[in-house]
Amino acid sequence: MSGRLAESRVVSKRFVDNLAVDGVSISVSAREIVGLVGANGAGKTTFIRMLLGLLRPDQGQVLLFGEAPTRATRRRIGYMPQSLGLYEDLTVRQNLDFTARVFGVEPALLEGDLAELGDSLVADLPLGLRRRVGFLASLSHRPDLLVLDEPTSGVGPLGRADLWETIHNAADDGAGVLVTTHHMDEAEQCDRLVLLSAGRAVAMGTVEEILAGKVTVEVTPVDTASALAALESAGLPVLPTGAHLRLPGVSMASVRTILGDGVALAESRSSLEEAFMTLARAS
Amino acid sequence: MSFGFDGVTVELGGKTAIEDVDLEVEPGAVTAVIGADGAGKTTTSRTLVGLVSPSAGIVRRPRTEAIGYQPEAAGTWRDLTVTENLAFVARAHGLAPGSERHRELLEVTGLGSAADRLAGDLSGGMRQKLAVAMAMLPRPEMTVLDEPTTGLDPMSRAEVWRLLARAAGEGTAVLATTTYLNEAERASHVVVLDNGRVLAAGTAQSIRASFRGLLGVTGARPQGAPAWRRGNQWRVWAQDGPLPAGARAVPPDLEDVVTAAALSRREAS
Repeated sequence: MSGRLAESRVVSKRFVDNLAVDGVSISVSAREIVGLVGANGAGKTTFIRMLLGLLRPDQGQVLLFGEAPTRATRRRIGYMPQSLGLYEDLTVRQNLDFTARVFGVEPALLEGDLAELGDSLVADLPLGLRRRVGFLASLSHRPDLLVLDEPTSGVGPLGRADLWETIHNAADDGAGVLVTTHHMDEAEQCDRLVLLSAGRAVAMGTVEEILAGKVTVEVTPVDTASALAALESAGLPVLPTGAHLRLPGVSMASVRTILGDGVALAESRSSLEEAFMTLARAS
Repeated sequence: MSFGFDGVTVELGGKTAIEDVDLEVEPGAVTAVIGADGAGKTTTSRTLVGLVSPSAGIVRRPRTEAIGYQPEAAGTWRDLTVTENLAFVARAHGLAPGSERHRELLEVTGLGSAADRLAGDLSGGMRQKLAVAMAMLPRPEMTVLDEPTTGLDPMSRAEVWRLLARAAGEGTAVLATTTYLNEAERASHVVVLDNGRVLAAGTAQSIRASFRGLLGVTGARPQGAPAWRRGNQWRVWAQDGPLPAGARAVPPDLEDVVTAAALSRREAS
């Protein structure tokens, strides 16, 4: 199975008149973190559900550990859905015990600032802590493949650093990880990225590969409001950033044509967010 | 005249939701209130627009009719079309529906081709742009938007911030809350909330400059100094004195500053 824990081969899924996933082929190997990024409605959750065997693709094939998804392959996966899958009217300890019994393993230990929370109802915890409990539950049976759907949504910076430490540790210990996120600094931590747009994988590669050759024009106008209006009415993508306007994937010449010679322009490397905007626009 | 808070504390159900918060929301500028879930962002919004009364401190705000407010995950009527949503807001403010302003907002939001679609059938990004357009329509003195970009993709998020910058350009005082730290760069003023208290405030640049001590990068978890993981490496924070051996000094970004502040607070408590 060539080290591939999960693989999709040109999978597609249609809901009535909406082609939610359109011919997506990706793989996740041991020890690597693959980031799945894209707009809401781009097909990320539908794709994940097909990869887990929870949803049957209309076309294409999913392989988990080299075979079609079954209940046995499910045991080797740790899945944290956006909704977390915790029982809110049970305590933290009861949730972890329940998950452990389902998988027939020892329950996860509550360490650090989670240690005192064993008797708290999940419903009473702030979302950041709830996500960490959900994460512990999805890890307790030491899965070979971790699938995390927006694990850090709504979590503060320190909580996110803690969660990513656990994700990296799991990968260092041999697990493969597939994770979705809207935070670009988290996407930058992935070994490989897949950008989904309208159900299709429009870009794939390491951060360096995705950034290669992507440039953004930075404008420092005297009158920001009128420059913004002129560039927008020309249909160019404009990001106001402090005193500057940034235009990803646009040529200096086209900006010059609109704003004239009196405005300072510079070309710089695109950020990951800007590169994704350029790629999504192009598709 | 500037709107905002002077030392505002709000108690909700016997708990302190926000404590001693100062806030400036200036006409012509966008202020971002950034924090995780439970940090106090929604309480800040609701208090600023007058839906919640503070137990201490002063709230400065315009009269209610001059406030535009978009609560979290709300704001549009899903079973009305884009045009009907805008017309409804116009009528509620005693303005003629279908005005020049209406057409201008359809154009700047890129919703012109979707004018007759039901709001419920729009993508999340388009629906949120409609919500911002609805808040902008009566040209309020102050607009408050609670998490207008949560759950949107980067491109839609950038477009929403672009609309907010445009609203500020029309002279409105704009406040938007967000969970995304990198959106601080898009605002003129930033207030970072943690557990109901102000963790950092200023421009994105001044918050970065407020970092005390040295920040380093190492390949493995350093011992004896506060540290957190960023990507495949570790950040190590030397509050006073030199960085540990093997650490390479780097300039802190906003994420580092806020993480360090949260770490200090965690250790103090």
